[in-house]
Amino acid sequence: MLKVNNLVAEIDGKQILKGLNLEVKPGEVHAIMGPNGAGKSTLASVIAGKEDYEVTEGTIELEGEDISELAPEERAHEGIFLSFQYPVEIPGVTVTNFIKTAINETRKAKGLEDMPAKDMLNKIREKSNLLNIDRKFLSRSLNEGFSGGEKKRNEIFQMAMLEPKLAILDETDSGLDIDALKVVANGVNKLKSEDNAFIIITHYQRLLDYIIPDFVHVLHDGKIVKTGDASLALELEAKGYDWIKEELVS
Amino acid sequence: MSKYTEDDLREELKTKEYEYGFYTDIESETFAKGLNEDVVRAISQKKNEPEWMTEWRLEAFRIWSEMEEPEWANVTYPKPDFQEIAYYSAPKKKPKLNSLDEVDPEMLATFEKLGISLEEQKRLANVAVDIVMDSVSVATTFKETLAEKGIIFMPISEAIQEHPELVKKYIGSVVPPTDNFYAALNSAVFSDGSFCYIPKGVKCPMELSTYFRINEGGTGQFERTLVVADEASYVSYLEGCTAPQRDENQLHAAVVELIAMDDAEIKYSTVQNWFPGDNEGKGGVFNFVTKRGLCETNAKISWTQVETGSAVTWKYPSCVLKGNNSVGEFYSIAVTNNFQQADTGTKMIHLGKNTKSTIISKGISAGKSQNSYRGLVQINSRAENARNFSQCDSLLMGNECGAHTFPYIEAKNKTAQIEHEATTSKIGEDQLFYCNQRGIDTEKAIALIVNGFSKEVLNKLPMEFAVEAQKLLEISLEGSVG
Repeated sequence: MLKVNNLVAEIDGKQILKGLNLEVKPGEVHAIMGPNGAGKSTLASVIAGKEDYEVTEGTIELEGEDISELAPEERAHEGIFLSFQYPVEIPGVTVTNFIKTAINETRKAKGLEDMPAKDMLNKIREKSNLLNIDRKFLSRSLNEGFSGGEKKRNEIFQMAMLEPKLAILDETDSGLDIDALKVVANGVNKLKSEDNAFIIITHYQRLLDYIIPDFVHVLHDGKIVKTGDASLALELEAKGYDWIKEELVS
Repeated sequence: MSKYTEDDLREELKTKEYEYGFYTDIESETFAKGLNEDVVRAISQKKNEPEWMTEWRLEAFRIWSEMEEPEWANVTYPKPDFQEIAYYSAPKKKPKLNSLDEVDPEMLATFEKLGISLEEQKRLANVAVDIVMDSVSVATTFKETLAEKGIIFMPISEAIQEHPELVKKYIGSVVPPTDNFYAALNSAVFSDGSFCYIPKGVKCPMELSTYFRINEGGTGQFERTLVVADEASYVSYLEGCTAPQRDENQLHAAVVELIAMDDAEIKYSTVQNWFPGDNEGKGGVFNFVTKRGLCETNAKISWTQVETGSAVTWKYPSCVLKGNNSVGEFYSIAVTNNFQQADTGTKMIHLGKNTKSTIISKGISAGKSQNSYRGLVQINSRAENARNFSQCDSLLMGNECGAHTFPYIEAKNKTAQIEHEATTSKIGEDQLFYCNQRGIDTEKAIALIVNGFSKEVLNKLPMEFAVEAQKLLEISLEGSVG
């Protein structure tokens, strides 16, 4: 589904990703871990197409097509979703209005008519039930005055509504209490299918207690330096990252 | 209004030029340029006005002649040469109409383009339209329905003939000719406008609506609107404006007077979209408007405005809260883009006891524009327990525009409670990226953010106006980021 080849990216002239390779197949869950400053969030932003970053080398392929020249909204239309570490607030725009606009803009890009209001309401009902989300929050302004947990829940709700092929969760677990963490994990598990894939970017192992990854990658200094299965995450939790750095040196 | 789909919007967004910038080719009779007592007399004569009206105009002209154009507003523009303006323009084929069939087809086509087809208005059957094209009203609908309730809604020129006692009593009673330079000018040369009277205890069953257009090149527009709501009556009045594209600056100096007697309520909504000038700031309408309402006991006046047009806007819809327990409200969205300048706000003059006022102002600046809120809250010494709440929010786009807030507060009574809140925010790259990531392109994202920002005010507009206003906001800000 996703193939990142020798990706080199920089921001303000500073190289952050230094030849990164990653392949994600449908139905897989990949966890990307690593110390602060390794380039985890940069990777998420670059895949989503944030224009502050410049890709100087390499390609990003989605289902065989290079998307590295596409605008962020075009990548979204192709099925890429990024759950933000710090979701923005948009005062006066309700969650419902926002997601309705997002869905209809995506449909428009595909030459489809707007989703009929009735279908939209049914879908909202279905997904909020699935994720155990109180519908009252859907009529609040997007992320305005939301707690950390509510913001992340909102991201997962939008993900459920948009049904992306590839969802990237950027530090979705940061700042969440255990209940909110479970809601997020539960959401991902329910949305997981043979046809979609997830990249979970996290600093800690605890989210991976609830979402079992097929692969765990360690990102260090702009490259993936180690790949393993779920047990690697536990090892990292116990031993920290230093031993990997040492391994690299020796 | 016809149903407006997003596809229509997309289509419109493609066109960079001012979308209503067409010019209707109707033969007009226009006075020679220049202003003096003879011109004032001629205007009055043209309209067969009674002597008292002519004298009133002449007095206003004398007052105006002594006045200086004000310069305190936060706007800069080349001063109009008042001797280079033609002060009267009327469609030549002025028809006396009983039905739409008699309307000049050319003019009907213009209305079609503006999306205000009279047929449709008629079918909708809930909006009576008194259309002012240039200076003379050419079509009036629903007069009969209104007449049954005793409601008078007609061009002010007709009202001067048919209801001189009402016009004479109220014209200039809220905005006297001495009020300011532009009000004096308007009083001397006003061409036409609307007059509305709601009798005691009558709730006007429909939204009254007038569409103004500037048409004849070089003709200043000087509308005069007078709305009188008698005791315990109610009326909602809509005013919408569009103007054709033009190279030279056009002067627009209207006066609107509202009188809400005891227990009456007037809701006055405006969507203003005069030609703002092109991307380089060329052309565009100068809009110097005096709008004021007087509230008697328990009365309420609510101004709602969406200002997207004009090169220069100078406008402060105000309320004089004379009666005890009267209420004044001002809800405003002012958008400036490119080189537009707006200095707009309100005045709330609290005279009566237990008077209340609310001000919600949303300023949106883009391009190289300057957007100023200027507001006065004045609590008179006799105004026990007066309350005011003001909220002024500014939204900036890009780094070259400006937002300014000039709140003036004068409280002469210790029991007054005045609250003022102000915020300034900027549409951030991170907000746009977030929207983009969800599949919403930048143009649409801005529209969404701006609509969210303006929501409290948009919600105050009548439904059909709210749709049009939303559309105007999107068009006005097109191309303002990235």
